[in-house]
Amino acid sequence: MIRRALVLVLLAVLGALFAALWLGFTPAEELGLTGRYYAEHTAPDLGAANLVTAIIVTYRGLDTLGEVTVLFLSAAIVGLVLAGGRPAARRKPPVPAGELLATGSRLLVPLILLLGAYVIVNGHLTPGGGFQGGAILASGTLLLLLAEPLKRFSHGLITRIESLSGATFVALGLLGLVFAGGFLDNRLLPVGTLGELFSAGLMPVISVLIGLKVGAEFSSMLASLSETEDS
Amino acid sequence: MELLGQYNYWVVFFLMMTGFYVVIARGNLVAKIVGLNIFQTSVFLLYISMGKVSGGTAPIVADPGSLYSNPLPHVLILTAIVVGVATTALGLALVVRIKEAYGTVEEDEIYAQDDPPHGSAPALAQGSETATADSAGEARR
Repeated sequence: MIRRALVLVLLAVLGALFAALWLGFTPAEELGLTGRYYAEHTAPDLGAANLVTAIIVTYRGLDTLGEVTVLFLSAAIVGLVLAGGRPAARRKPPVPAGELLATGSRLLVPLILLLGAYVIVNGHLTPGGGFQGGAILASGTLLLLLAEPLKRFSHGLITRIESLSGATFVALGLLGLVFAGGFLDNRLLPVGTLGELFSAGLMPVISVLIGLKVGAEFSSMLASLSETEDS
Repeated sequence: MELLGQYNYWVVFFLMMTGFYVVIARGNLVAKIVGLNIFQTSVFLLYISMGKVSGGTAPIVADPGSLYSNPLPHVLILTAIVVGVATTALGLALVVRIKEAYGTVEEDEIYAQDDPPHGSAPALAQGSETATADSAGEARR
């Protein structure tokens, strides 16, 4: 009873705080200083149309490297926590997937992977990029796992894709330090014309690497979780 | 009528309160993770809404000189979404482990097993251990 009252009081306090912030809020009429810098300089300097991808991959590329590391660590910890579960032989066999799911996944998985590749490759031109496309790729993996619960993904392959793309990411960043303006500078390759697929220098390449890495990490998390199902 | 126009803040408010309530009031660990995700979603929506510039378009360069919404919240929330997925996976992995160890995902039952009420034998999850209440209490210390 006391606990419930406490919950309601906390809820009321948070609600009041948020409402006070909200009542004093007016939407912005123009971009702030940092936002305006990015809006004005991204297209001429880096040759990318998508400001968000330009900031993620180039302006704040180091932070993205850190974030990819966070993802890698959590994927590794999920694997570690779930490792050494009960042996597969003692588990009940899972419920087989229905006709609809099995057939539907065969139709949809290639399309999902194609969409993921499209979103990754066009990240510097249209909404999208490595993280979004990588998540779409992993959703294809999820559908595969749902359709065939007994399917086992090769963890070795996933780890190899992940570490290879991660190492290339860092190596390209270091090359930028030597041959271009700084760590992860995208002008290592020619910038090209705005709006073409092969433009914006290194940006599509790094998007592809991030996409592969994120897709591999999410897939490895999903595979680890699915291999410990049922208890 | 201004408050009605900013309807996405109503959605943020509703989701935030729902998520917060689920996190603190529910004993089920899986429900807690779901609540955490709902709360997270409200924060994502809040940031994206605040990044909106009146009359601005999506931050994709089309023709020079047009007004864009602020790209910085988009960047921030993109990373937050990815990290949110990772923390959810980690939380679920821990719940799987807790379920294996205690045989339940209800918080109250886990507390009861960790700290058995006086005079009653603790219900061990592992059925193989047929220890008496005393020796089980001994082993716990």
